[in-house]
Amino acid sequence: MKILVALKQVPDTETKIKVAADGRSLDPIDVKWITNPYDENAMEEALRIKEAQGAEVVAVSVGGERTREMLRNALALGADSAVLIRALETGDPLSVARHLAAYAQGKGFDLLLLGHMGFGGDNGAVGPMLAELLGLAQATVVTRLELGEGCFRAEREAEGGTEVIEGSLPAVITTQRGLNEPRYPTLKGIIGAKKKPLEELEGTATEAAISISAIALPPARPEGRKLEGNAAAQAAALLQLLREEAKVI
Amino acid sequence: MDVCTSEKIFGGSFLLAPIGSQPQFTPEELSEEARAIGKVARSFVEGEVLPKDAEIDELDLELSRKLLRKGGDLGLLGLEIPEAYDGLDLDKITGLLVLEELGRQASFSVSYGAHTGIGTLPIVYFGNEAQKAKYLPKLASGEWLAAYALTEPGAGSDAMNSKTVATLDGDHWVLNGSKMWITNAGFADVFVVFAKVDGRKFSAFIVEKNDPGFFIEAEEHKLGIKGSSTRAMNFDNCRIPKDRLLGEIGRGHRIAFGILAIGRFKLGAGCNGIAKEALKVTLRYTGERAQFGKTINNFGLIRKYLAMMATRIFVAESMNFRTIGYINDGMHSIHWDQPDAAKAKLEMMDEFQMEASMMKIWDSEALGLIADESVQCFGGYGFSAEYAPEKLYRDNRINRLFEGTNEINRMIIASQIFKKSSNASLPLRKDTADLPRLGDGPLAKAKQAVELAKRQAQYATAAALEVCGQKLIENQEGAARAAEMATEIYAMESAVVRAEKMATASHRWSELAIDLAKLFVNETTPRILTNAKLLLGEVLEDDALDQAMADMKAFDGYAPEAGSKITSRIADQIIAKGAYPIEYL
Repeated sequence: MKILVALKQVPDTETKIKVAADGRSLDPIDVKWITNPYDENAMEEALRIKEAQGAEVVAVSVGGERTREMLRNALALGADSAVLIRALETGDPLSVARHLAAYAQGKGFDLLLLGHMGFGGDNGAVGPMLAELLGLAQATVVTRLELGEGCFRAEREAEGGTEVIEGSLPAVITTQRGLNEPRYPTLKGIIGAKKKPLEELEGTATEAAISISAIALPPARPEGRKLEGNAAAQAAALLQLLREEAKVI
Repeated sequence: MDVCTSEKIFGGSFLLAPIGSQPQFTPEELSEEARAIGKVARSFVEGEVLPKDAEIDELDLELSRKLLRKGGDLGLLGLEIPEAYDGLDLDKITGLLVLEELGRQASFSVSYGAHTGIGTLPIVYFGNEAQKAKYLPKLASGEWLAAYALTEPGAGSDAMNSKTVATLDGDHWVLNGSKMWITNAGFADVFVVFAKVDGRKFSAFIVEKNDPGFFIEAEEHKLGIKGSSTRAMNFDNCRIPKDRLLGEIGRGHRIAFGILAIGRFKLGAGCNGIAKEALKVTLRYTGERAQFGKTINNFGLIRKYLAMMATRIFVAESMNFRTIGYINDGMHSIHWDQPDAAKAKLEMMDEFQMEASMMKIWDSEALGLIADESVQCFGGYGFSAEYAPEKLYRDNRINRLFEGTNEINRMIIASQIFKKSSNASLPLRKDTADLPRLGDGPLAKAKQAVELAKRQAQYATAAALEVCGQKLIENQEGAARAAEMATEIYAMESAVVRAEKMATASHRWSELAIDLAKLFVNETTPRILTNAKLLLGEVLEDDALDQAMADMKAFDGYAPEAGSKITSRIADQIIAKGAYPIEYL
């Protein structure tokens, strides 16, 4: 069994997001980068499969220099090798999917795991695009995964219930929280990671299918107002405000 | 940095060397691997330990055991255990990062420190092959947990006054006596116990939980770190096999004090971890609490507290990593395979004993002030157990007591300076010639102040030694002033040099670092001059004292900065960030 785990770096959830001067990207100053939490579930699932039945796990990311640290961490967790595909992060999911597909093509991966979306970007597009580009079966937002001889059975949460999907391998599976509890790297793992291969490839420049034209922070919440008077007076004032100011009734 | 090849660097040499002339390790130079390991410790603390904060503090011993075991699975218990015994034998710098993270839960970090440090290290450094093979792998995994039993009801700082005795009876040692304040006693499996063979020869033994005649008392009710187990224990004809003697008969003091010395610099790191938490909660509260129509972080005196908290954290970090840099270069370069590795490593530790003691004193007292000011910033709420400062205030107090009281550590610093000065390895200057000049750059004044402080301290200490000789140590107040000056000089210099390094490297926070260093020098310089004068007052009279006071004027060349302006710039930055901003993981 050969598994590809695709990983992405996202800003730490505690980072105070600032818009860069160009108005279309994040100001990278003071941003702390972490592995996309959903990708951590993908990594964990790959490691569990490796431990249960043996597998070669390759961690892959599309990005720049700072991505190396995340890949080193993947090696510390238990990936056998890592690949950094050097490319500018444009925010275009199709170009990421194309890079991953170009790498995975013909390498004999049985399973391609990745988080169901990038935390913060929330596109949820790379997984399905990757499956489409490679012509593989896919299951998305998976919370339970079982593998059989050349096939998989995946569960995903659907509205009000659970959907069960079966398909053949190779396949692309995108992972949701709840699939598993990601582990911490061990100190031995970190030390051992130095000796594992981290390959660097030049990404083939592809035309971006989309580009981000602007990003903006949500408007600041106006200060609360305290209504005075007895209950009846407060209710009347509230009603008036809802009608005339908020215009919701 | 390779300190060992440089002949000039030894314990205390900073007092004489021009500022910036010695190599200094800073947290900005950490390796990727060290940072990765620090991050594991952080994830472990944030994911496993802090969510159980309340349960730990209710003294759930089973939980502490479980958490230690989990830490063992990650490798966090084997940092200093040789690889041959399932440890990782990591460098001391990485260890410091781990301790800083663990320090964020005070009780648990004490359990962790007692197990991995004073509990395990005596076996690492002094155990024979069979003892190491039997105990270390299990201590590394956390299957067994360790404790260290030195203190007795009548033998605290005066540890050699031990009344516990060991007598050989055939194939067994028979132990009688009692021990007090034993951390981890409630759940440890393995105890390193000190006792006098035949009532005279101080020695160390390994006692196991189920040994006959070994009794552990009930938990103490403590002021703080209520989630760490602390008990007394008794030995009533406790019989242990003969091969449980640790090291040689009569060499127990080397084990007891050698291991405590290693513990000292670690304690500082833990203090700094929790100090950052204290600053964070205080920043949050003072940004929410409004009085007189504005949040209280707008008021000058509150801003001063916030800025001083950040300043102390910066200074502590600078000092800690500098010291650990020296110790690590010495200790970690000696491989465990080398003959007499343990002895050589401990000698290296001895060399920087003075700096390790400075780290212990300074960090624990800085945390004391930070916790106190955190209470103050919370006002009445700070006095309520519902709010974080109350626990910070109680938990931090122990740091000035254990691993050698701060008073004992002051005497260690003073006695080392006095000894080194008498054997000419530290030739202190007692003159006012070639005074340092003002250079350029944003830290020029701070650097000159450090240089002047060194000369003041040298002058006063040399003058006092001229009068009293080595007997100066018996005047504890005077000796403590010498120790105090040296410590604050070391602290100032470490902060200034680090800030300058950050500026040279165009670090993201270099402007803040420069302000932190400047504020600290501005606050500390006058105190050093005062200590110098008061030390001279201890030993000189009449004309000699007048002459010395006149000479002191030559060193009083620092013109103070407008502190409130620096304070305000620092406060703005840390308030905007909501935390101590300089991150190195």
